[in-house]
Amino acid sequence: MTSKTVQTLDRVVIRFAGDSGDGMQLTGDRFTSETAALGNDLSTLPNFPAEIRAPQGTLPGVSSFQLHFADHDVLTPGDAPDVLVAMNPAALKANLADLPRGATIVANTDEFTTRNLAKVGYETSPLEDGSLESWHVHAVALTSITVEALAPFEGLTRKEKERAKNMFALGLLSWMYTRPTTGTEDFLAKKFGGRPEILEANLAALRAGWNYGETTEDFASSFVVQAAPMAPGRYRNVTGNTALALGLAAAAHRAGRPLVLGSYPITPASDVLHALSGMKRHGVTTIQAEDEIAGVGIALGASYGGAIGVTSTSGPGIALKSETIGLAVSLELPLVVVDIQRGGPSTGLPTKTEQADLLQVMYGRNGESPVPVLAAQTPADCFDAALDAVRIATTYRTPVVLLSDGYLANGSEPWAVPEVDELPDLAVELASAPNAVDDAGEPVFRPYLRDPETLARPWAVPGTPGLEHRIGGIEKADVTGDISYDPDNHDTMVRLRQAKVDGIAVPDLEVDDPSGDAKVLVLGWGSTYGPVAAATRVLRNAGHAVARAHLRHLNPFPANLDDVLRRYERVLVPEMNTGQLALLLRGTYLVDVRSHTAVRGLPFTTVELADVVSTILEEVS
Amino acid sequence: MTLTDLGMPVTGLQHVPHLPDDAPGQSKRDFTSDQEVRWCPGCGDYVILAAVQSFLPELGLRRENIVFVSGIGCSSRFPYYLDTYGMHSIHGRAPAIATGLATSRPDLSVWVVTGDGDALSIGGNHLIHALRRNVNLTILLFNNQIYGLTKGQYSPTSRTGSVTKSSPLGSVDAPFNPVSLALGAEATFVARAMESDRAELKEVLRAAAEHRGAALVEIYQNCPIFNDGAFEVLKDRTQQAARIVRLRSGEPVTVGPEDDRRVLVRVAGGHGEFVPEAEVGAREVVVHDAAAPDPSAAFALSRLDSPEMTHVPMGVFRQVSRPTYDDLVRAQVEGAVDAAGGPATDADLGELLRGRDTWTVG
Repeated sequence: MTSKTVQTLDRVVIRFAGDSGDGMQLTGDRFTSETAALGNDLSTLPNFPAEIRAPQGTLPGVSSFQLHFADHDVLTPGDAPDVLVAMNPAALKANLADLPRGATIVANTDEFTTRNLAKVGYETSPLEDGSLESWHVHAVALTSITVEALAPFEGLTRKEKERAKNMFALGLLSWMYTRPTTGTEDFLAKKFGGRPEILEANLAALRAGWNYGETTEDFASSFVVQAAPMAPGRYRNVTGNTALALGLAAAAHRAGRPLVLGSYPITPASDVLHALSGMKRHGVTTIQAEDEIAGVGIALGASYGGAIGVTSTSGPGIALKSETIGLAVSLELPLVVVDIQRGGPSTGLPTKTEQADLLQVMYGRNGESPVPVLAAQTPADCFDAALDAVRIATTYRTPVVLLSDGYLANGSEPWAVPEVDELPDLAVELASAPNAVDDAGEPVFRPYLRDPETLARPWAVPGTPGLEHRIGGIEKADVTGDISYDPDNHDTMVRLRQAKVDGIAVPDLEVDDPSGDAKVLVLGWGSTYGPVAAATRVLRNAGHAVARAHLRHLNPFPANLDDVLRRYERVLVPEMNTGQLALLLRGTYLVDVRSHTAVRGLPFTTVELADVVSTILEEVS
Repeated sequence: MTLTDLGMPVTGLQHVPHLPDDAPGQSKRDFTSDQEVRWCPGCGDYVILAAVQSFLPELGLRRENIVFVSGIGCSSRFPYYLDTYGMHSIHGRAPAIATGLATSRPDLSVWVVTGDGDALSIGGNHLIHALRRNVNLTILLFNNQIYGLTKGQYSPTSRTGSVTKSSPLGSVDAPFNPVSLALGAEATFVARAMESDRAELKEVLRAAAEHRGAALVEIYQNCPIFNDGAFEVLKDRTQQAARIVRLRSGEPVTVGPEDDRRVLVRVAGGHGEFVPEAEVGAREVVVHDAAAPDPSAAFALSRLDSPEMTHVPMGVFRQVSRPTYDDLVRAQVEGAVDAAGGPATDADLGELLRGRDTWTVG
């Protein structure tokens, strides 16, 4: 056996890329799980086409999974990979531009056939024509070595053996980065428990990959990335959609009310439906509706009955739900609307990320129809954001929009699992008795008599004796809730609904300005949290003073936002849209914020944002 | 698929709290709200409202456990006038909202009030899916064959050629037959009644309320302003008997007055034909069976109807038992909760949050 060196690295970015059918998402998930178990901090970015199986070997069919792991705090999935695993020529071609020179490429030579090369426009094989000489290339016959390693499995077809090549690749990378494979072995045992031969074959492929790294001279060294210092606690790795579903279930538990989700399948929100449909044991009811409109109607009907009604969707679904959200504004019932944003307009980019629904959820309804809006910042933060959304909905009896996006939905990071008794108390009080007296002094129920502090109306659910009342989308008289077309009453009600939303208690915006003398503030919202934090870190390490703040609440804005905006000479607002928050800030505060925007379906890179901020720093220096 | 007997309640009101036996009886007055009724003078909706208000006490339910959900249109103002819980929602969406309510609250008697435009045009999708799923709802579809609240456009049940504000040269749309549509969606209870026949209406309403599952009742209702007299031939005493086919399960399907009774006989490849009683001979008489598992026979009866209203079946077309969506959804949740030893505790939630793959730092 060749003696191998072991090098220590502080961080690594790996991208697994292959055909949609090559199992790259699974490979990435498993590598992530192994990495999490080692105690590295990490962040992931899956990137896949909307087609389930685009034509094999073509550029549109490339699916990838990027993982950034380190011995320190990780904020983004990484701008550029240090290692690219390319399962075919298409995967190489689609990803090479992102790969800095000097990075490592592990390529599956078996797929670099004349035919496959031609499919993506390579005239000669880049593995052989010298065009990759600036990179470290490991050309490995992944498929044929896997098939050979599985020769003893006579009951399997060649196709079935070939399919295990992703496990071979995982084994090889696990050796390279000294990842334990026991978790993956357990995972495979669960997945293929009923098919022993397939299970054994996958395990054999995984071990063959590991042994290949260990024994062949091609791989001279392996790497160690030490655990990151993390706060003590119990951790798990979560995607944004998983964290969001857990947050909703936890919120309902803390509210003491059942959770009812009405939802229609849509990318990238369906995983919220999937996750919640598996939580029946926790009293969670999921109803897969006939369409988006029914999804929100079901949620609203359940809320009317006293449940925590939730609907989950993406941008096109919001468009369809708008009228019902408006009804919820008028009925003043709790409702949580989850929008996992994706590229638009129309069908747009179903599997790619964007932040372009902000104005839609703020204003995309008829009439004056204010709705509180909040946005999650990281995959794990989707949990806290969901709890906050339920708090606002139940406290203020209002529909709430919770914004996430494709990047948060599918990306993952370690999450310090909270103790249940540390979660906020979301107990709600349902109306149980008349709340007023009529002219004759008899007790009566006034469905639109408001709490003086929150301006919320009573949540009086059917089944409560003595509180029978009628509500509807027609304008209601203040206090009594009877139909009213009175001009002054309408003016009053419009302003009351607005005042209620404006008065929602949201925490002040915290500004991260360690030196205290920054002249430039970078103000983000939603999933730009990681890239903004990473970019400011880069600049601070280079000796610059930069302040940073991130908005959780988009409606209402934090009370101190006006002050914060005026404290800095320049405010930069980076967004994955064409300037929607910037428009709101300018219109609300008359502050000339700088807008930096990109709508490429991908999160910002650290370098891109650091460059933009640098330019502004120069202006004020 | 084999459906297992889940011990489902057999009536629609089984889980709804009833008044104690010794409670003072309810009256129409108890179900009349303090709101001024604002339909046009002579509107058929008044008659239906009065029938429902006087019928509801007969159910003996606690008033607070009754909910009326409506969409948009003249008929959808209905909930305001009943002193129960009520929601006047948005156009076409009442069945969806009611589905969420009924599924999460088995203790409620949930009614949907809708019209031909609300249920069959803008809300057509929700209606067929509520029927397909068999949600425990009672749906009252007031059919006046016109858009009233928007002042007189043709509706999805207006006969072809209707001259209205939006069809000055006559509409070219083919109308829906609501009963055929509901049967096509495999609704478990489908009936039709005339607003003017209060006895028949109450009988049908009672059967619908007691049916466990989605019950659709089409009610012919006159709009005196925009489509007056649409059902006049069925109200006219001289014509009524010759046109209205009163469906009675277990009895031959007949039409006509005593002295001119016609009997429905089977026709190969057709829906059947009415022949004078004396001429039936050896031909196969169609006996109505509302409980037939296959909806085809009920569908054939629904096709006797035509825009000319030569023969219009009234009564219960179909009444079969099938597990309801809301019962099945609750059974899954309750089953999972019971199997896990009761409602989730903080410790159970903690386990959910931790998942199966955690690691500890420090």
